[in-house]
Amino acid sequence: MRRIRFSPLLAILAILFSASSSADPLKVGFVYVSPVGDAGWTYMHEQARQIVSEEFGDQIETAFVEGVAEGADSERVIRKMAKSGYDLIFTTSFGYMNPTIKAAKRFPKVTFEHATGYKMAKNVGNYMTRDHEARYLAGMVAGAMSKTDVLGFVGAFPIPEVVRGINAYMLGAQQTNPDITMKVIWVNTWHDPAREREAAESLMLQGADVLAMHTDSPAIIQAAEANGKYATGFNSDMSVYGPNAHLTSAMQHWHNMYRDKIQAVLDGSWKPTSVWHGLKQGANDIAPIHSDVPDEIVALVEQHKSQIVAGDRNVFQGPIYNQLNSIMVPEGSQMSDAELLKFNWYVQGIEGKIPQ
Amino acid sequence: MDIAFIDNVLFATVRTATPLLLVALGAMMSERAGVLNLGQEGMVLVGAALAFIAAYVTGSMGWGVLAGAFAGMLVSVLFAFIALSLMANQVATGLALTIFGTGLSAFIGADYVGQSITGLSPIAIPLLSNIPLVGKALFAQDLLVYLSFGLFAGLWWIMRSTRLGLIIRAVGENPQAAHALGYPVIKIRYLAVLFGGAMAGLAGAYLSLSYTPMWSEGIAAGRGWIALALVVFASWRTQRVLLGAWLFGFASILHLLLQGYGYDISPNLLGMLPYLVTIIVLVIMMRRKQGIGDAPRSLGRPFSPSR
Repeated sequence: MRRIRFSPLLAILAILFSASSSADPLKVGFVYVSPVGDAGWTYMHEQARQIVSEEFGDQIETAFVEGVAEGADSERVIRKMAKSGYDLIFTTSFGYMNPTIKAAKRFPKVTFEHATGYKMAKNVGNYMTRDHEARYLAGMVAGAMSKTDVLGFVGAFPIPEVVRGINAYMLGAQQTNPDITMKVIWVNTWHDPAREREAAESLMLQGADVLAMHTDSPAIIQAAEANGKYATGFNSDMSVYGPNAHLTSAMQHWHNMYRDKIQAVLDGSWKPTSVWHGLKQGANDIAPIHSDVPDEIVALVEQHKSQIVAGDRNVFQGPIYNQLNSIMVPEGSQMSDAELLKFNWYVQGIEGKIPQ
Repeated sequence: MDIAFIDNVLFATVRTATPLLLVALGAMMSERAGVLNLGQEGMVLVGAALAFIAAYVTGSMGWGVLAGAFAGMLVSVLFAFIALSLMANQVATGLALTIFGTGLSAFIGADYVGQSITGLSPIAIPLLSNIPLVGKALFAQDLLVYLSFGLFAGLWWIMRSTRLGLIIRAVGENPQAAHALGYPVIKIRYLAVLFGGAMAGLAGAYLSLSYTPMWSEGIAAGRGWIALALVVFASWRTQRVLLGAWLFGFASILHLLLQGYGYDISPNLLGMLPYLVTIIVLVIMMRRKQGIGDAPRSLGRPFSPSR
């Protein structure tokens, strides 16, 4: 394993210089959107990288570039990686989708895997977790614990991945509290702890008493803790940031998918596939639930969880209504993966509009 | 909208403005002495990392704050040595400092990611904190916010009515003249840069000990740069720096609140609000006086006593 730090520029240099010593191991590169120390999204990808790197030992050689801005900058980093002999490149943020597709066209022999997107190509597959399943369960806990019947959600960017999680959270909350409503604030960044905190404070000012977020830092947990409110975390177990506030976290574990993808490339059996693991495959789970939560709610959450794992329940099964009270998913049917990947409407009970 | 709501908005405004105010006051002082240090972001980050580590290891907030200020100062020594003693280009040196600080803070903080501490707790001043509207915002904050008020008042007084203020300005405007009058220009510039470093370190300590009590890489998220811009738009005046920081803080909070109320405005546009409001107000104030000619005249120019 090679550890690369400091800046994308230095990382590129390091990759360039190391390229000449290319040997047998499969070279696997990871492109991260935030620093590995963000305690959230990128942190979990990095944990997974370390796990597979350990498991495969000499068979692979991994490296990562962290804090790569989405857009043009990322395309340059991805291309440099491909150019310097990386065989398999994981690009781990939604905004890397088009740059990854473009780079893949120029480097047809390199295999690319993009997280959370919906575009594929001959040499581009994608993967993500069904984090909405864990979110749904966290939402059930949140709905039950809200006294004001207002949930607050801090979102990074209004993209399908985030909208899906928001909707799942709301649908979960409705299972335990039919009167629940939710306010959403977008902060336009994946990682800015202070701003995430400000957004959390604003939501609480407007009556929200259970918070959740789809950003990378645990700042909202701390905000809830400081104000005597509740919150649910994301990515990893965030209870350490607010022992009293933290109800549970919707967690992600990426290593199984990384292992499968890397193994496929090693075997020569790799094909562009869209892998989407959830609770069933252990890619998602929820953190231990706070002791304030009544036992019957915990039992109900456990019940829904086992139903989802068994395939007897789907988070997005009908009837689901949109904000205008018209039925979007009729009773007896459920949303397809293709629909989930393009989610651009709010379910009933969420306030405001999705910014276009 | 009741009074308590406005209380809370103003409270959040001051809290949001505090890191900006601390960095901007420090940057203003070093720029007033003629030194442009673009390394603010790096110094804030190193300050934040060390403040968190010190508070985590010793369990004492006091040590955390001191460590933050000291770390910021230590990093600024590096800048001062290269830019003042070796007379390197200040812009390049400052940029390098930011890159250096970003990496250094990530490196030393790596083992502390995911650790949690109990942050600085607010101390409400009896009676004063009950004043409607401003009471909570000004008198129910934590020690670092009070410290920022104190530093503001002190600097305002120094720049307005003391000999020391005059000397600092002379060094920034016309170092040759100051030198001819017998003032140690380089030494004064060193001190100004060190002061700026300590202020940036304090801002970092505020972020990692009070605002979001944790260490996470890149926790400053560009606040060092915003503060640098604030100084320019405040045309290097202490009271306008405060005004600018508060305006920026208020607009940041407003942008989030408006979204929560479901106003159908693009968050991208709303996100520009703090920058727009602050720039417009300060530029108008600048125009009304004597135009943009307020920058210290020797800003960014190296000085050598032998020339």
